[in-house]
Amino acid sequence: MVSKELVVSNRAGIHARPAAMIVKVANKFKSNLFMEKEDMKINGKSIMGVITLGAGYKSKILISCEGEDEQDMASAIEKLFNNRFEE
Amino acid sequence: MTTCSILELLDIDLKEQNKLQLSCIAGRGGLSNKITSSKISRPGLPLSGYFEAFAGTAVQVFGHGEQRYIDMLAKNGDFKNIAKLFSYDVPCCIFTHSYKPCDKIIEIAENSGTPILQTPLMSSDFSRHLYQLLDEIFAPTKTIHGVLVEVYGIGVLITGDSGVGKSETALELIERGHRLISDDTVKIRNLGSTYLIGSGENPILAHHMEIRGIGIINLANIFGVGAIREKKQIQLMVHLEEWDSTKSYDRVGEDTMTETLLGIQVAKLIIPVKPGRNIPIIIETAARNERLKQLGYYSAKEFDQNVLKWFESEAARKMYYINEENT
Repeated sequence: MVSKELVVSNRAGIHARPAAMIVKVANKFKSNLFMEKEDMKINGKSIMGVITLGAGYKSKILISCEGEDEQDMASAIEKLFNNRFEE
Repeated sequence: MTTCSILELLDIDLKEQNKLQLSCIAGRGGLSNKITSSKISRPGLPLSGYFEAFAGTAVQVFGHGEQRYIDMLAKNGDFKNIAKLFSYDVPCCIFTHSYKPCDKIIEIAENSGTPILQTPLMSSDFSRHLYQLLDEIFAPTKTIHGVLVEVYGIGVLITGDSGVGKSETALELIERGHRLISDDTVKIRNLGSTYLIGSGENPILAHHMEIRGIGIINLANIFGVGAIREKKQIQLMVHLEEWDSTKSYDRVGEDTMTETLLGIQVAKLIIPVKPGRNIPIIIETAARNERLKQLGYYSAKEFDQNVLKWFESEAARKMYYINEENT
């Protein structure tokens, strides 16, 4: 399992569009993606789940990838966060 | 860990229940105090000077008896025990029957920054409401990936991997007149270690659903208010998984499988999904069957009993024929 703590760096936070991007990238991989914020843990392959996190600007999110391509998945998700979801 | 401040307690709006009808009469400086446990203390013993095992961090409720005793103490000018009580980390003191303590006590409360709240309710009623409320606030919670629907009055939690068709199944169930509580993330709470209540994680997002190919839809708008529910007890878990031909699935249904969620056992079914299987109808049937079970009628067991009875009568009849042939 690969875990990483990421910070939401775009002003608007993870709203519908960034959530869709995360889910789209996550679904390219076979591994499972879980995202945690405070005491909430959701499945990163579902849009409603990711939005429910309510991840605003500068909130910290712990992602964990588990499966055969976990390493690639973690770096792909990290790249999205670092690119500020192209916003 | 969840906490609740006194300000939140004052603001709380209880649906389907009487309001606590609290108002703050002193010690406003301490309104941000946090309640950290679901305990409620009746401070009769501490007031009389016995502070052993005093729940000093719990909400203190002063009922009729305590109020009379305070009156007596105030009359004698003896505020020692009251001052000692307020020196503890008391989050707030609540007086029932709209009782207003004397100025000296209010002064002590102001100095220690402990809010004094007042309610017109009777102590017994008030304690009951407060217990229920604190129980809900401090209930163990967990967020689960799944869909919660109410089918024929049974709360059915549908789980399964992403893309297995949970949302589509729920959509079909709603179309057939059942209700959605939450799609995708379900917050479950263990209430009083007796039952599980499921609700949406966030009331703003709860009745929305994502359907691949359409996007995010608002079910309350599309299907009307009759198609949604805010919360529901979880009575049955249905796990959907891709049909695995190497795995054997339950064919008789005589034993009940259960899964433990937050320490409470819930009946569980594993339903294999493959093209041509109408999952919503299977879930409807499972919910009806669960209702029958709750009424004490087990289809599978009853069936087996009938089969055994038939064998028995058949055997008895055979014996009779054999005897006839011999004579």
